[in-house]
Amino acid sequence: MKENIKFIQGNEACVEGALYAGLEFFAGYPITPSTEIAELMSYRLPQKGCRFIQMEDEIASMSAIIGASLTGHKVMTATSGPGFSLMQEALGYAVMAEIPCVIVNVQRGGPSTGIPTHVSQGDVNQARWGTHGDHAIVTLTASNHQDVFAMTVEGFNIAETYRTPVILLFDEVIGHMRERLVVPEEGEIPLVERLRTSVSEGVDYHPYLPREDGRLPMSDFGGVHRYNVTGLFHDMWGFPSDNPQVVHDLLRHLVDKINNNVNQITNFKSYYLDDAESVLISYGSSARSALHVVELLRPRGERIGLLELQTLWPFPDQLVRRTCEHAKHVIVVEMNMGQILQEVRRVVDQPRKVFLANRIDGVFITPRDIRNIMRLVQGKGV
Amino acid sequence: MAIKDYIRERFFPHIWCPGCGHGTVMNSLLRALESLGMSRNEIVMVSGIGCSSRISGYVDFHTLHTIHGRALAFATGVKLSRPELNLIVPMGDGDALAIGGNHFIHAARRNIDITAIVMNNRIYGMTGGQFSPLSGYGTMATTAPYSNIDHAFDTVELAIAAGATFVARSTSYHVKQLSKILRDAILHEGFSVVEVLSQCPTYFGRKNRAGSAVDMMEQYKNDTTPIGSKAKKENPDLIERGIFVQKEMPEYCREYDKIIEKAMKGN
Ligand SMILES: Cc1ncc(C[n+]2csc(CCOP(=O)(O)OP(=O)(O)O)c2C)c(N)n1
Ligand code: SF4
Ligand SMILES: [Mg+2]
Repeated sequence: MKENIKFIQGNEACVEGALYAGLEFFAGYPITPSTEIAELMSYRLPQKGCRFIQMEDEIASMSAIIGASLTGHKVMTATSGPGFSLMQEALGYAVMAEIPCVIVNVQRGGPSTGIPTHVSQGDVNQARWGTHGDHAIVTLTASNHQDVFAMTVEGFNIAETYRTPVILLFDEVIGHMRERLVVPEEGEIPLVERLRTSVSEGVDYHPYLPREDGRLPMSDFGGVHRYNVTGLFHDMWGFPSDNPQVVHDLLRHLVDKINNNVNQITNFKSYYLDDAESVLISYGSSARSALHVVELLRPRGERIGLLELQTLWPFPDQLVRRTCEHAKHVIVVEMNMGQILQEVRRVVDQPRKVFLANRIDGVFITPRDIRNIMRLVQGKGV
Repeated sequence: MAIKDYIRERFFPHIWCPGCGHGTVMNSLLRALESLGMSRNEIVMVSGIGCSSRISGYVDFHTLHTIHGRALAFATGVKLSRPELNLIVPMGDGDALAIGGNHFIHAARRNIDITAIVMNNRIYGMTGGQFSPLSGYGTMATTAPYSNIDHAFDTVELAIAAGATFVARSTSYHVKQLSKILRDAILHEGFSVVEVLSQCPTYFGRKNRAGSAVDMMEQYKNDTTPIGSKAKKENPDLIERGIFVQKEMPEYCREYDKIIEKAMKGN
């Protein structure tokens, strides 16, 4: 087997993607089903001369990667539900202070300790609104290892481009399943590196003054520009401010820099959608079963297609609306009680034609589960 | 470099109440840095949330004003990713030892080269006078209106037990000693803890009838004594000042360098 072809777990594919993207610092705390990521990082990072640290909890892990990002490094942490809950305050800090970083949540069943070794997609809304206050966030997911790799690289690219935390929302099935991964050649996927300021030493540098294109060039801690970083609302120097104009403008900037770029941030895959009367919408491991159904029914003449979402947040409103425009019915396939269903219903013209095919018992949703719902929707009975 | 060059005058006046001890601590710290002749670009100050943590806004270093209790965790990320930087982490007593207690003991255990300053006013100043883990039994606070039944930590003993390799205590009254201790703490390679008794006349003072800022500083003078002094033997209630622990132990980032060496050889 060629060296760049691997047969590995999704968690390992995520590590490969992160290293390919140029990850230099990882802090984490063990939790099923994400632990393999930390384990592999502790082995691989020092081989590159980079650093891994096991912190005392997930709050500390999230905090540590923010600190390391400010010294100019690409950083990551990985966890699952309970740990993701603990990270929320520091995640909000990364939003406010505009710190590029990547957070992996390999989802398990919740709430609370829930069902650690079984699959769920119950953290979709937590990824969106887990931290307090108005804000925008980027969340990516994937249904196979090649895409886990690609979305991990994409996550780092988005984090650097928009100076934002990016959440990679995988799930237990993806994390633990073994499958083929072909590691791309160096340069095959473009990488976004940190945008650093060109302001020279001695000239007033404004860390929080966006350029015309909305981007904010950074200066590494330890470099020639000394500035303040805070989770308080702040002015262009990063100094705390409660001036209403400053507060308003900063919040707008934080939300607009993501929401105005939905098209650039949106990643998706479409299968047989051109003439589809039945549109399935799915993501993560559920999309595997959804695709299976589509590929089973197409040869039988059913006009069925799949929209696989890879960017969950910001939600691609227009893409979903357009895709569903001519559909007779839309079935959202997910392993929660309808978290993306709500979004789809929000954006389509006829919310009544949108149905849910789900499982919430820790068992992976099968093509049969989906077909049973489809029969009901199509009025065929089970 | 003059002291005033270490300050961001643009952001003054500061938010501290008249008579607050935190400004004195900042002054002593800047004097220590000045005496070391350290370049501002080599210093990173990381703080949490509280009156004490506001120091970071006023000093002209790389400054990271984080969230309540987590300053040491942020600082760990900065230090480990760029070990050549000098990390100074001022914290309030609540910041360091209530919400941040876990990070405090683990940073000490790792012996990572960070200078932690616990500005102990025995109260939550920023939120208006609630008791802290250092308030102590019998004190009054807005959340202990009948008197506090929580016992206090001894910051020094806690730091020593957790593995800090430099542990000291001083007060906002003993500014010369404080500056000297802070200097030694910064020079020390490993995790150093400096507890500074720093008065909050506004809340602790008022609630506990401790008088004005001057009265409270007078009390620091009368209630403390150098480590191992004769006075301490005669009056065990006196609080000792000075350096309790100063020892050489492998520092965390250096240890990690060895891990990198091992990992790279294996390749
Ligand atoms: C997670 C969280 N909980 C509570 C608070 C509110 N809060 C802000 S500062 C503070 C305590 C400050 O006391 P201390 O750390 O002793 O610092 P001081 O103000 O006395 O210098 C608290 C409870 C907060 N900001 N964040
Ligand atoms: S409330 Fe207390 S600690 Fe805060 S600034 Fe005033 S005197 Fe200082
Ligand atoms: Mg306090």
